[in-house]
Amino acid sequence: MSAVMITRKVRKWEKLPGKNTFCCDGRVMMARQKGVFYLTLFLIIGTCSLFFAFECPYLAVHLSPAIPVFAALLFLFVMAMLLRTSFSDPGVLPRALPEEATFIEMEIEAANGNVPAGQRPPPRIRNVQINNQIVKLKYCYTCKIFRPPRASHCSICDNCVDRFDHHCPWVGNCVGKRNYRYFYLFTLSLSLLTIYIFTFDIVHVVMRSVDNGFLNTLKETPGTVLEVLVCFFTLWSVVGLTGFHTYLISLNQTTNEDIKGSWSGKNRVQNPYSHKNIIKNCCEVLCGPTYPSVLDRRGLMQDDSLVSATGAAQSSSSSNSTLQSTHAVLCLQKTTAPLIPNEHTPDDAKPSIAASAEKSPSPKEELPPASKLPPLASPETDAETSIAKDKTH
Amino acid sequence: MATEFHNLQELRHSASLVTKVFIQRDYSEGTVCRFQTKFPSELDNRIERTLLEETVKTLNSYYAEAEKIGGQSYLEGCLACATAYIIFLCMETRYEKVLRKISGYIQEQNEKIYAPRGLLITDPIERGMRVLEISLFEDRGSGGSSPSSSMSSGSSAR
Repeated sequence: MSAVMITRKVRKWEKLPGKNTFCCDGRVMMARQKGVFYLTLFLIIGTCSLFFAFECPYLAVHLSPAIPVFAALLFLFVMAMLLRTSFSDPGVLPRALPEEATFIEMEIEAANGNVPAGQRPPPRIRNVQINNQIVKLKYCYTCKIFRPPRASHCSICDNCVDRFDHHCPWVGNCVGKRNYRYFYLFTLSLSLLTIYIFTFDIVHVVMRSVDNGFLNTLKETPGTVLEVLVCFFTLWSVVGLTGFHTYLISLNQTTNEDIKGSWSGKNRVQNPYSHKNIIKNCCEVLCGPTYPSVLDRRGLMQDDSLVSATGAAQSSSSSNSTLQSTHAVLCLQKTTAPLIPNEHTPDDAKPSIAASAEKSPSPKEELPPASKLPPLASPETDAETSIAKDKTH
Repeated sequence: MATEFHNLQELRHSASLVTKVFIQRDYSEGTVCRFQTKFPSELDNRIERTLLEETVKTLNSYYAEAEKIGGQSYLEGCLACATAYIIFLCMETRYEKVLRKISGYIQEQNEKIYAPRGLLITDPIERGMRVLEISLFEDRGSGGSSPSSSMSSGSSAR
């Protein structure tokens, strides 16, 4: 049985765990389910096209040519914000590499001391003091890290996201630290666009009805009815959402914290991140520094694949740091964090020489060793891990 | 016993990785990027405390400069918003500029201070800004401390 080692250079996004889809060779990063995002695109583009086709010629002549121009600018801004929110990295925290995971496990073991056999070990929590408030940092069993404050694990994308707000299906991505301001500007500009189109629809119908009569107007511009319907229903939800997020920004809270009630209630901790000043909070969230992505999706890395003529193909990606020795003496866990196959791992990335038929069992073979956790870990106490484990089996 | 390495190249080729030490984030001032200045016990006989503290403090000051919310960040934010953030396709943000400075600083520190002592600092951005990773190397030729003893002495000291 002969074994051949093939080393290829792949982009790091191809080996990223988590359930994201990547496009344009790693430049675009979205969640897996994109159906609702396409609906959002269709609604916005469709309604605006109807507006430009039916209302704008009349209004440009009878009222002012600035009306379609402003509508076009607003539409472009909305699209830019939507695409920016959907396509950018929300602030995903990369999973711990084996050495870091082991180091943390050992710290936890040392802190817990000796747990009598049969007894459940205490939950993995680290207390930190932020601005004189005690904040609990929870341990993420999937990513094998203690989550930074305000970070949360998104079960849909299977990533820990920094300053996690929520997962928005309309946008097809998580909303986190890096894209929250784009999301807010998207909802704000969409509210303005919806109000704008709704208002000028009414103005157009009124102006035309004065000349031609109401029913004739509707016959001449059937698109108006559709637009009014879409705008009417969109108005309530989008304007409400914008108002809600304006409230959250003024208090420097995330949707996640608001839903969980982290900072509400008298005997609960007060929000340690708020500057207690609305202007300062707004400035920090909207005009703060633009954080870079720590994922490095387009970096190159070595992918070592061992291919044997008769056995199944087994691929293990080596570490991405050029300064790290891949023959690390201390490496208790050989595999990285549980390998949930990325949708975009292309089939031709795995060498398709004789072993192409045996390719499908190989990811499953790698999973059992990865899900073996050290004795003191109790993954079932963490709901996210049980979901992850259900999905891997 | 200090092992002698004269440059990073020599480190990579002749040394074997013994263990890694991780300096965690310091969240006492909120979510800004800061690393703890607490000295890890595994590095007791490898490097002087003041040198490592100096490195960590300088890194912290760089990160504070990158995340500073003031006139320049407002200007950048408002200008970018006015152009629908298209300007970011051509312009480098202040944070990215500081990150390049940090990477240069770490490289310089590695060459001057850490590599001669058999240590290597990894840029935190490669670890998701979660930890400052310091790799300990041992010269392959010499016996040195075995990995198990160095790890057990580290854990018992906690």
